[in-house]
Amino acid sequence: MASLELSNVSKKFGDTAVLDDVSLTMAEREFVAFLGPSGSGKSTLLRIIAGLETLDQGEVRLDGRRIDPLPPGERGVAMVFQHYALYPHMTVRDNMAFGLRNAKVPKAEIEARVAEAARVLEIEAHLDKKPGQMSGGQRQRVAIGRAIVKQPKLFLLDEPLSNLDAALRMRTRVELAQLRQRVDAAVIMVTHDQAEAMTLADRIIVMNDRRIQQIGPPMEIYSRPANVFVARFVGSPAMNLAPATLVGDDSSARFARVRLPDGAEVDTRVARAALPGGGALQLGLRPESVRVVHDGEATTSAKVELVERLGERTLIYATLEGGQPVIAEDSGTSAVRIGDRVGLRIDGSAAHLFGPDGGGHHAEAAAA
Amino acid sequence: MTSRGRLGGFAFVAPFLFVYCFLLIYPLVNGILLSFQHVDLFGGGRFIGLDNYARLFADDTFLRSILTTFLLALMIVPLLTMLALALALALNRATRGAAIFRGVFFSSSVLSVTIVTLIWRFVLAPDAGLLGETAQGFGAEPIPFLSHPTWSLWALAITTIWWSIGLPMMLFLAGLQQIPGDVYEAAALDRAGRWTTLWRVTLPSLKRTVVLVVMLQTAAQLQIFGQAQLLTGGGPGGSTRTMVLFIFETAFARWELGYATAAAEILFLLIVALTLTQYVTTMRGSEDDGGR
Repeated sequence: MASLELSNVSKKFGDTAVLDDVSLTMAEREFVAFLGPSGSGKSTLLRIIAGLETLDQGEVRLDGRRIDPLPPGERGVAMVFQHYALYPHMTVRDNMAFGLRNAKVPKAEIEARVAEAARVLEIEAHLDKKPGQMSGGQRQRVAIGRAIVKQPKLFLLDEPLSNLDAALRMRTRVELAQLRQRVDAAVIMVTHDQAEAMTLADRIIVMNDRRIQQIGPPMEIYSRPANVFVARFVGSPAMNLAPATLVGDDSSARFARVRLPDGAEVDTRVARAALPGGGALQLGLRPESVRVVHDGEATTSAKVELVERLGERTLIYATLEGGQPVIAEDSGTSAVRIGDRVGLRIDGSAAHLFGPDGGGHHAEAAAA
Repeated sequence: MTSRGRLGGFAFVAPFLFVYCFLLIYPLVNGILLSFQHVDLFGGGRFIGLDNYARLFADDTFLRSILTTFLLALMIVPLLTMLALALALALNRATRGAAIFRGVFFSSSVLSVTIVTLIWRFVLAPDAGLLGETAQGFGAEPIPFLSHPTWSLWALAITTIWWSIGLPMMLFLAGLQQIPGDVYEAAALDRAGRWTTLWRVTLPSLKRTVVLVVMLQTAAQLQIFGQAQLLTGGGPGGSTRTMVLFIFETAFARWELGYATAAAEILFLLIVALTLTQYVTTMRGSEDDGGR
């Protein structure tokens, strides 16, 4: 059964449209990440689901019940805010119990739920402290605890890790993944950090410019980006994009062969028939598909501009003949230096092609 | 630090220290010394020990003025605090109308006490005032706001509240702006209604501001003077003679400077004791509320 359903949700602030005809269906207990840059509308969408913003058009349903006309407290959702939004004058215990008291939950049950959440989140020792006496990570746990005790049907997490330092962020990420196994609810997390989205979510919803750009499991988003935006936004470093022209007019060929601006030709495994007839194409290549090789095996060559040593691998920022920038990968022990001319082999089987409309065309499955 | 460097440091704070000592410390000490002396306008001072204080505590007029002052403070401070808070809550929004009203309610604060009492005389005077005429229009007897011992206290209180409401309102508005919006959103998701939010979220968050307003207003209203002098002249029958009015009359009508100074020292001690008590009792155990 579907848990959350959004149908044709639109929202404007004054004359500025922030969401345009957004629809989405979530499965029960699904973990979905809204991923997108600032201003993409992802936070507004979350707030509309929470009831903190109204929508101009469309419907929001949770477990089949229409919730968009209801006040936030009656929707069966709980939210973890980016800045925690704890009540500063209340103890941790009262912070967690406040919502339950307002909902007239019996006292004994409130105590039991708070105790259980505190046990799970390992904040039992802090129950009588106030938020001001706690570290950022502990406050984060209290904020999560406050959401858990409500036993909501849907958790809304608004950039939950963005306020934590790097080490704590990794730890909390693991804990969120574990937590999600324990709670019987769907989860939506808003983030602009693709690593968070990739590691936590069952499905990622990439948003940009008021619209959903792509919905899919993390690896599908990564390996079959729907358009240029998704291709560039997901993956670090970003996907290489270079103008490309189709080689040959043999429309009976199964796969497209394209030529780069420097004259190098690449055999892709993108079905030629699927490509639009005329117009400019763009070739998309992840850095791991562009390897530094000896000249004999090279598809093309490039001048090294910057070498980034990451330990297990080395990223080479280079330019092709004609000035086209490209990011390539080499082994961790790479001897390449700035100013060198290196041979690059392009793995065409992993290449993507983007049509004039920005739409993505991908390699057919390996069996083909 | 070298002695030369230390001297250099003194050179930087010297101008402030000089002004501070000259304008604050010296008058304070001088006032205390004066209160142990018999001083009149023409003769010099003569040390008389605690005689002034002994006289004060036997002086019915003075003791009554303490009572009157505290009664007025008690009538003004709680009402003023509540009204200012209510106004701030009502006007804490980003609309043009709210901005205009914030200006309107603050504007009374910039008037001098002379203007304020003049305005309220026009309102309160039983024969030709606004309230008097209105009452007569309805065929009722006008309330003698300025000539009845109890009503004249209320006249002073109302005038003072009207005059003083701007600053506490602004302090409350500033306090309200400090409360992060997401806390209210959390409260909405926690099913807190309007009243619950006010009592459990807004007011606790404003606790420091409330304490500040009550302390400032207590200190200010215990020194109430201009309204009493101009509106009722301390009358009828001394029923509105406040402590500062007593001090003023003693010093500048009867020219008993030592005696007046002793009364001023008592007022000073009362204000310090009262505001400190308020601070200690209300802020105890709430040091940790600052963080989120």
